[in-house]
Amino acid sequence: MEITTQEFKHCDLIKVKGRVDSATAPDFSKALEKANNDGHFKIAVDMSELEYMSSAGFRALLATQRNCKKLNRGELVLVSISDRIREALELAGFTELFKTFDNTVDAVGSF
Amino acid sequence: MPKITFPARFELLDEIRDLVAHTARDGGFTEKDIYSLQLAADEAASNIIEHAYLGVADASIDISCDMQSDIIVITMHDTGQSFDPAKVKKPNLEADLSDRQIGGLGIYLMRKLMDEVSYESNLTGNLLTMTKRRR
Repeated sequence: MEITTQEFKHCDLIKVKGRVDSATAPDFSKALEKANNDGHFKIAVDMSELEYMSSAGFRALLATQRNCKKLNRGELVLVSISDRIREALELAGFTELFKTFDNTVDAVGSF
Repeated sequence: MPKITFPARFELLDEIRDLVAHTARDGGFTEKDIYSLQLAADEAASNIIEHAYLGVADASIDISCDMQSDIIVITMHDTGQSFDPAKVKKPNLEADLSDRQIGGLGIYLMRKLMDEVSYESNLTGNLLTMTKRRR
């Protein structure tokens, strides 16, 4: 797994590549928490090069979404989700908890 | 059925998913179903490492993965704490963000992704068996 964070004026774009499972989810959580700790609560997670995500990754997304939405200070949105990962998120009932975008331009522009 | 012993560590999940994908691909499963099988096996092994072997050093999981006609059969044997997946409450998938519980999601996904999931515990340990028929 590889994570890169880009800070824009209105939001952070966090790109996660590779595989998020129980081994790598703690580092994914740390990247999301770091944004929150820096006072950034508007986050777009770019999944265009994400191959795999288990419920350990879903847990990290849920915890961050809760933190971002607290006090209406922001939210976390998902970008370019592959069909496989979208199906798993749907099965877990997670798709209604996150706005989704087909590309980063629309996602970043939504904030 | 040949068994492979994996150290019970999250770093080995990649190899467990590879083993399942290899058997499933040889068995003629679609790429969509291969992803589902990998996810179910990952969730099962993660639960064993996280819950059955909580705090146990040098633990291991015996895993087998085979085709029996057009059905893939995945078994995982551990010697950790037993638990009854039937007693794990189904997560409330309708709950709003603040009430959403993440616990139990792994088992819920395993059940949804596989045709059958069974669990037995005895003096020699715990045996999880999951099956899925090729479509």
